[in-house]
Amino acid sequence: MRREAPQRLADYGPLLFPAGMLIVFFVIPFATMIAVSFFQRDPAGFYSTAFVFDNYARFLSLFFGKVLGFSLFLAVTVAICCVVIAVPFTYLLSRARRRTQVLWLVALLSVLSLSEVIIGFAWSTLFSRTAGITNLLVAIGLMSEPVALNPSFGAVLTAMVYQALPYTVLVLYPALVRLDPTLTEAARTLGASPVKSFFTVVVPALRNTIVATLIMVFIFALGSYLLPQILGRPQHWTLSVLITDQAIYQSNMPFAAAMAVFLVLVTLGLVGLTLIATRKGEAA
Amino acid sequence: MSGLTLQNVTKEFGTFTAVKNVDLTVPHGTFVCLLGPSGCGKTTLMRMIAGLDLPTDGAIRLDGADITRVPTHKRDLGMVFQSLALFPHLTVGENIAYSLRIRGVGKEDQKKRVDELLSMIHLSGYADRPVAKLSGGQRQRVAIARALAISPKLFLLDEPLSALDAKLREAMQVELRQLQQRLGITTIVVTHDQREAMTMADTVVVMNSGEIRQAAAPVEIYRRPADTFVADFIGMTNLIDFSADSAGRATVLGTVVENLAVPAGLSRGVLSVRPEDVHLTAPGHGAIDAKVTFVRDLGGTIETFVEGGGKQIVAVSMPNARPDVSVGQDVGIKLSSDACVVLKS
Repeated sequence: MRREAPQRLADYGPLLFPAGMLIVFFVIPFATMIAVSFFQRDPAGFYSTAFVFDNYARFLSLFFGKVLGFSLFLAVTVAICCVVIAVPFTYLLSRARRRTQVLWLVALLSVLSLSEVIIGFAWSTLFSRTAGITNLLVAIGLMSEPVALNPSFGAVLTAMVYQALPYTVLVLYPALVRLDPTLTEAARTLGASPVKSFFTVVVPALRNTIVATLIMVFIFALGSYLLPQILGRPQHWTLSVLITDQAIYQSNMPFAAAMAVFLVLVTLGLVGLTLIATRKGEAA
Repeated sequence: MSGLTLQNVTKEFGTFTAVKNVDLTVPHGTFVCLLGPSGCGKTTLMRMIAGLDLPTDGAIRLDGADITRVPTHKRDLGMVFQSLALFPHLTVGENIAYSLRIRGVGKEDQKKRVDELLSMIHLSGYADRPVAKLSGGQRQRVAIARALAISPKLFLLDEPLSALDAKLREAMQVELRQLQQRLGITTIVVTHDQREAMTMADTVVVMNSGEIRQAAAPVEIYRRPADTFVADFIGMTNLIDFSADSAGRATVLGTVVENLAVPAGLSRGVLSVRPEDVHLTAPGHGAIDAKVTFVRDLGGTIETFVEGGGKQIVAVSMPNARPDVSVGQDVGIKLSSDACVVLKS
């Protein structure tokens, strides 16, 4: 449905409420955080008003660089894993019977209702030596004795993909349902096998959706701080873990704020780059 | 033999039988229209020929080889879908070249073939346009060119012209027929539009509830329908009950029609008389008594509705033979025996 663009100031009225909410609950806290990031830490208590770059300077060390690098790497890996699993899955789901679709969507929604803590401890049990899935592999004779699979990078990745996958599917689902099924049939009549038609027609036709989904999962995964702590070693901790640590346990609000601001800037930069790259590809 | 052969092809969806024991032979290079009302199984039949649906029973042969279980992408066919199904992310040229690219044809050859096809469909120079920027008729042509890119053995079109407006549709029908004759390609079109079928086809296959009712040349379908369904579905007709005595003399609406060849043993049936074969005369003299109820003057033709023996009958005449009648007037109907088709009721 296409409507006229707003003509008078009053036409913008309906936007007032969301704009107000956004200002009160996002812009003001974020501005506060930016301000705090330039403050000085007061060892005796909280922080004192100042305008120093010490917090940012401290961040520019190899250690924090590594943590930032790992956080971005983890988020990108989670995003790619989710999309690689979710696109074919959602494609098949959208072609399944209505009943099957509803059952799967209900199951996925119920995963969304689980808290990150429950997901973390459930996977840590599943990956444990005493009660984990390796016991099953031993039982069917594939392994000689059960082993602990966590803490490890694989454990962190698995749990984060598990957590983000329902979002991925739910974001992709509407686009895939709307995709004209005769497009793949046409590709098949033109000589493409089902797999080839999936990669030459479905994926390229959904390119924008897939890029948007990648960005969404990336940002979602970037904020994760519980799962890396439950299932990973300290080298698998993300910047979010360090921010929490500084803000809550070290009482260093200014430094935590500086890290958070930096993380936001890097994220925005990456998303911007992705969008530019996609648009360029489209024009070509 | 060369061409397409369907043997006893049946398709069931659960308890519903969409296509029932269809036998059909399409010789190489002919143009066949599958014609029927919606839900008659014509699209399902085409999808089975394309391999998009598997028949429950029966065999499909192309040039002698059994292709019943051969997957779609190995059948070397070209198909135009009702929705056209042009790939939105590709340009006109890339759409047309898709089947060549899939088969690993070199870039230069692809470009050559695309240019060839674009000039065939009168869209030279459109290769780099996005398909979204084309008009309905242009998209139609691109879909046709894409289907023909590999010079397929079989050219299938599923309601290809239904999205076009009436004028453009008529023009495309002629164009499609000329294209098919120039290329000599075996072509099957699904349509519910009988004008379309009559315009294009060598053979019209009339289907109803999953079965073939008649497969013949367009004129024969029109002049010699096999049953009342075909007679009624193709063009306008008058279906009039008759009874015959043991000598084969047929009585229609209380009047004997001379020289009507009624098959032996048939005591009652239906006559199909095309409106242009109904002649209005003065009452009496062995004509069927009737009364004019309505006159529709369409300019090009005049339809006169008359009622005789409780039955409404339509007569169509050209303006130069305009019947001199008015509503309420008593007239007589003359049926000539060679214009009547005797059908079982």
